[in-house]
Amino acid sequence: MGTIEQLHARLSARFPDAALTVVLNPGPAAQHSLLVPATQARAIAEFLRDDPELQLDTCSNVTGIDWPEREITETVRRTVTEPLPADAPPGTAPAAKVVEEKVRRVVPGHLEVVYHLYSVARGHGPVILRLRTVDRGDQVALPSLTPVWRACEFQEREVFDLFGVVFTGHPDLRRLLMWDEFRDHPMRKDYVEPDDYEWEPTPHDRILTQAQRHYPAPPAGSGESAPR
Amino acid sequence: MNPAAPTPEPAPAPAAAAPAISEAERAELRRQGILLTSIEELYNWGRSNSVWPLQFGLACCAIEMIAASMARFDIARFGSEVFRPSPRQADLLIVSGTVTKKMAPQVVRLWNQMPEPKYCIAMGACAISGGPFKQGYNVLKGIDRYIPVDLYLPGCPPRPEALLHGLMELQAKIRTQPLTGPAAPPHLRPGADGGECVIPDFGPHDLEPPHDSARWQPPRLIRTE
Ligand code: SF4
Repeated sequence: MGTIEQLHARLSARFPDAALTVVLNPGPAAQHSLLVPATQARAIAEFLRDDPELQLDTCSNVTGIDWPEREITETVRRTVTEPLPADAPPGTAPAAKVVEEKVRRVVPGHLEVVYHLYSVARGHGPVILRLRTVDRGDQVALPSLTPVWRACEFQEREVFDLFGVVFTGHPDLRRLLMWDEFRDHPMRKDYVEPDDYEWEPTPHDRILTQAQRHYPAPPAGSGESAPR
Repeated sequence: MNPAAPTPEPAPAPAAAAPAISEAERAELRRQGILLTSIEELYNWGRSNSVWPLQFGLACCAIEMIAASMARFDIARFGSEVFRPSPRQADLLIVSGTVTKKMAPQVVRLWNQMPEPKYCIAMGACAISGGPFKQGYNVLKGIDRYIPVDLYLPGCPPRPEALLHGLMELQAKIRTQPLTGPAAPPHLRPGADGGECVIPDFGPHDLEPPHDSARWQPPRLIRTE
């Protein structure tokens, strides 16, 4: 099947106007993935499935990732040319210097859907596709790949249920695990779960804070000790 | 003879608090082939030895419940092998496993459909408190938030022996249940209605109500020192 770079090159040749990006995985698993633009995802998926060399006939896994808006600090290297001193002899080339700078950047939040593809016919895989939504608010539509791989149906429903990605073209997009009347998406980072474990015998960390809300400390001087 | 004079009634036998005949005497009688019993005892003996559970499992604990009904553990020794497929025919609800919030209304509905007298065993950490999933968003933190539980059976999962022990404890409870007075099962108390348990609705964020406040309140914390 070749490396991810070879696959990237093949796909870029086949879909010249698609902005495909290789997302490298620096970990020991080294499962690199391909970031696919949503507009062409369906066509690319069909190509991956039908191409005689790839024959990725199985979608084994669909999962979601929530990327909230975050601020990252990057170190960038910049070459600066220093202004020439006034008394420099004419014709001196300005000295170039490499400086490192820390830059803060806000990465806008988005939702991501990851597909793991295998070829049963040719015995290779996985090829990992990533699809990104525009944001986490109301532009959360992505094309459904269920028409390409039937196996995606329930898993896309699960991603819809837990992350709130709306798959256009899905034949039966209903919640899978939670009830239909449920309004939240529990796997999002900013999900606030209902405060319904009032009692916890051994609370700690976040649960301790919550337990203290339900069992406030007795007023000072009342002779009682605070909850431990 | 003066007809107007009231015939002295024989004094009514005093309501015997202590049994008129001791356990040893009864055993002696039994040896002689005379069986003495009361309706209450006979009735409770009968129903405690034919507790039919509802054929209903929820998660991993259900596997242990199933194992308990198989030949090795053989729940039939205790008269409970007849797992009923309909709540209308069942006496015992074994909540065997994780009750998700999506499943909770159905569990309560099954309980409501069971006729009195009925009993409930909360089997395993999940049914008691949510267990390993307690801090999850979609697990009910104990079935006792909606239905009355007679017996809590801890473990994750409790072994089949534990379930059998639980069943024996339940049988002991049934045997001592009086048939009259305020402690009688609801179906034998005139005017008392066991009542239907509140079936929660699916709300936008949680079940509504999140627990039946008439049946369940968070435990009170008593501080010492
Ligand atoms: S208590 Fe343990 S074994 Fe029983 S249902 Fe829960 S997780 Fe499974």
